[in-house]
Amino acid sequence: MKQQISTINKSTFPAKALAVVASLLIAVGVMAFAINDKPDASKTDTSYVVKKDSVASVKAFKQVYTVLMSARCMNCHPSGDIPLQGDDNHLHTMAPKRGIDGKGVYAMKCANCHQPTNTPGLHMPPGNPNWHLPPANMKMVFQGRTPRQLAQQLVDPKRNGNKGMKKLIEHADDGLVLAGWNPGDGRTLPPMSHAAFKKAWITWLTTGAYAPSAKAK
Amino acid sequence: MITLTVNGQKHKVDADPNMPLLWAIRDIIGLTGTKYGCGAAQCGACTVHLNGESVRSCVTKLSRAAGQQVVTIEGLSANNNHPLQQAWNELNVPQCGYCQSGQLMSAAVLLRENPQPTDQDIDDAMSGNICRCGTYQRIRSAIHLAAELQRKAMASK
Ligand code: FES
Ligand code: FES
Repeated sequence: MKQQISTINKSTFPAKALAVVASLLIAVGVMAFAINDKPDASKTDTSYVVKKDSVASVKAFKQVYTVLMSARCMNCHPSGDIPLQGDDNHLHTMAPKRGIDGKGVYAMKCANCHQPTNTPGLHMPPGNPNWHLPPANMKMVFQGRTPRQLAQQLVDPKRNGNKGMKKLIEHADDGLVLAGWNPGDGRTLPPMSHAAFKKAWITWLTTGAYAPSAKAK
Repeated sequence: MITLTVNGQKHKVDADPNMPLLWAIRDIIGLTGTKYGCGAAQCGACTVHLNGESVRSCVTKLSRAAGQQVVTIEGLSANNNHPLQQAWNELNVPQCGYCQSGQLMSAAVLLRENPQPTDQDIDDAMSGNICRCGTYQRIRSAIHLAAELQRKAMASK
């Protein structure tokens, strides 16, 4: 039997429910993994109630994953310290570095070229007032993550910038996330609309934020 | 009308706020030390300081500089005596010279933030400034020399 991820808060997750969920999970071939958050986070935010449904959750995450792994999202979540560019995710020309705060180093800070708005024209720097990579102490890497790894990482406060349910949901409307859908001339959009992404994101989270099985691609 | 301070002097510029800052600096204010290379933030020839950061003026709108402090190569030092300028002179860094004002402005930010840069720090700071003539080795040596001159100047104060 596959192992239950240890982040589940046992006190709020009675053994019986665990057994039911576990058998369900085996049936659909996914591994359970609950939101690592304060147990009552969903109660404090009345607009979102978690209703566990591993099948719906994994299905929603598959959509989320296609967006997060698209160039518009992944290029600023590289596995190294140099951002990526283009649909082929090549290393950013000129090799700018992340720096401690994610805003670059010395004469190579993001905002030196990336303006508050997109610069018009092909191959011109896209813009945002807050253009940056994740900081050095919280790299939030997407590149190379399997669906399962990314799902687990996204709800782990130690690796997601200490975000609980509410902050994760709000993050769908973050300015830089939205910038993915306004990428500047000539850049491919993420594979679905922002509205569809947000819906899938919230569905994934509010159905228990289950991670796909290790075999899922 | 947009007001900005360039090299300590206030300028009122009557131009489209979307005009590249580079155009305003060169064509309106008349400071031509800052060069136009690519116009696409790819080469660094147009680098100036905006509130101390080395921005690329070809993609920076004039409106971003409104009310802000701009320093161009002409304002890097009072008498061409910035440690970098001294080192550049000493080691004959430029070849054609076209990229060099941008190189100096970028290097100045590096030296301010890191008075004792390693080769790696220099690469990290300067990798966005292209030199067609390939003066990279001399640029690197000159930055080391400038760091030394800067340290000596500090010590003697
Ligand atoms: S002219 Fe601005 S970066 Fe090339
Ligand atoms: S000295 Fe000629 S481009 Fe650099």
